Amino acid sequence: MKTESRLEKVLQAGHFAVTAECGPPKGSDPTVVEKKGKLLLGCVDAVNVTDNQAATVRMASMAACAILKNMGHEPILQMTTRDRNRIALQSDLFGAYALGIRNVLCLTGDHQVFGNQKEAVGVFDLDSIQLVRTVRDMRENGTIIGGGDIESPPKMFVGAAANPFADPAAWRVVRLAKKVHAGADFIQTQCIYNMQRFSDFMTQARDMGLTEQVSILAGITPLKSVGMAKYMATKVAGMDVPEDVINRMAGVPKKKQADEGIKIAVETIQQVSEITGIAGVHVMAIEWEEHVPEILSAAGLDERPKV
Amino acid sequence: MVVAERKKIEEIRRMVDRYSSILVVGCDSCVAECAAGGHRETMLLAAALKLSCQQDGKNPRITEACLDRQCVDDFIEQIAHLVPEHEAILSLGCGAGVQALARVYADKPILPALDTLFIGETEMRGIWQENCLGCGKCKLGYFGAVCPVTRCSKKLMNGPCGGSKDGKCEVNPGIRCGWQMIINRLETLGELDRLSEYVPPVDWSTSHSGGPRRVEREDQKP
Repeated sequence: MKTESRLEKVLQAGHFAVTAECGPPKGSDPTVVEKKGKLLLGCVDAVNVTDNQAATVRMASMAACAILKNMGHEPILQMTTRDRNRIALQSDLFGAYALGIRNVLCLTGDHQVFGNQKEAVGVFDLDSIQLVRTVRDMRENGTIIGGGDIESPPKMFVGAAANPFADPAAWRVVRLAKKVHAGADFIQTQCIYNMQRFSDFMTQARDMGLTEQVSILAGITPLKSVGMAKYMATKVAGMDVPEDVINRMAGVPKKKQADEGIKIAVETIQQVSEITGIAGVHVMAIEWEEHVPEILSAAGLDERPKV
Repeated sequence: MVVAERKKIEEIRRMVDRYSSILVVGCDSCVAECAAGGHRETMLLAAALKLSCQQDGKNPRITEACLDRQCVDDFIEQIAHLVPEHEAILSLGCGAGVQALARVYADKPILPALDTLFIGETEMRGIWQENCLGCGKCKLGYFGAVCPVTRCSKKLMNGPCGGSKDGKCEVNPGIRCGWQMIINRLETLGELDRLSEYVPPVDWSTSHSGGPRRVEREDQKP
């Protein structure tokens, strides 16, 4: 084992891992985090805590991770390079480890133009791949960027994101390879609605031997309504929601659309679990965390392994 | 070249209204190429300013002049005879021109008529594109002569990010994805292998992050 991460243990033991996402509140109330945490307790192997997702000001990911950790969760600290330079990122990695956080997901982050602070400076001192390498080097070499020694280096289980649906299509797996070579231990993918394109991406990943080197968790986001499907298809960067998925949501009465969205999510979990090289799922139920247990239960994933 | 755009007349008025005589000074270099501050634009701004002031019952004395380069002392000195008889100078130079005038005419208020935008090229008539951030360590040789620092909205060195769609950037569809351009170009050149290597963090100390930069060359000094 490289780390004390529970997620690493689950994956190492060959279990099909389940992670979920928990978005911190737009304020300072810890009970909001606790409430979401309670819904997910016992259902998942680890919880991702987003870092000012969509460039919108929210409670610090590290603070929400600490709250969840105290509840018995295994937090995955999401870190974007959008808002902090390498001094702040590395300092936060030390701090996160000191708080008992053992997993980090390295992201570049949505551009600040999407959020509620459009006039902010975009830092982007590092990119996500450089952050992956930074966290890996802390663990493997005990060094910060530039080679300086760390007295007590954080030993994090390192994650990165992959978006099989962005362009240029042929380049997506190359970028995955770069993340793996930089030191990613696990990958969480963009939400999957286009199964054909995802399956092609996984074939390329297998052909390059990447699935042997990294644990890929397939991204699942249940659709709440046809409106959400259309919004994701047209307004959200890097998302691929095909026409047939939108039509399927539109084909049921409004009151039944949430159920249909959950049904699609469950089917998607079942389909991805049959793809060779998929090590688990990452459920991103955006402000809909209360439905995660039923989705996992319907997919037969409600029993989490003891490790 | 440096690309700039003229400020709205209202903002210019807010800066100059306290003066009764204004010397309007253009620059016939970069800002002439981008049709913001050359001879023609200096003439137009002087006329527009006069008209705008007259509409408010004001009648400042406005004189025009245009320098070949507003950022070089030899040229700046060509207006030395006009400066004393004006209360302020309204500059149509870039930010460098404005500050050079202020250094030479230290006791005179110098006001910018332009918003200086970027280092870029004239892509076609009426279109100017930013393509250099002056980071101080040119990396174009590794990226098919497309700058990832400038042309990628997130300055990614190991791009493209997940927001690249149909060759466009997630920030807005009017922005071409710099990484799509890098890949296309290297593909054409048969040099895609340049992108397989991990690119380490950029040394920003040679950029503005290292503080205002200055070049000193003994062989060029008088």
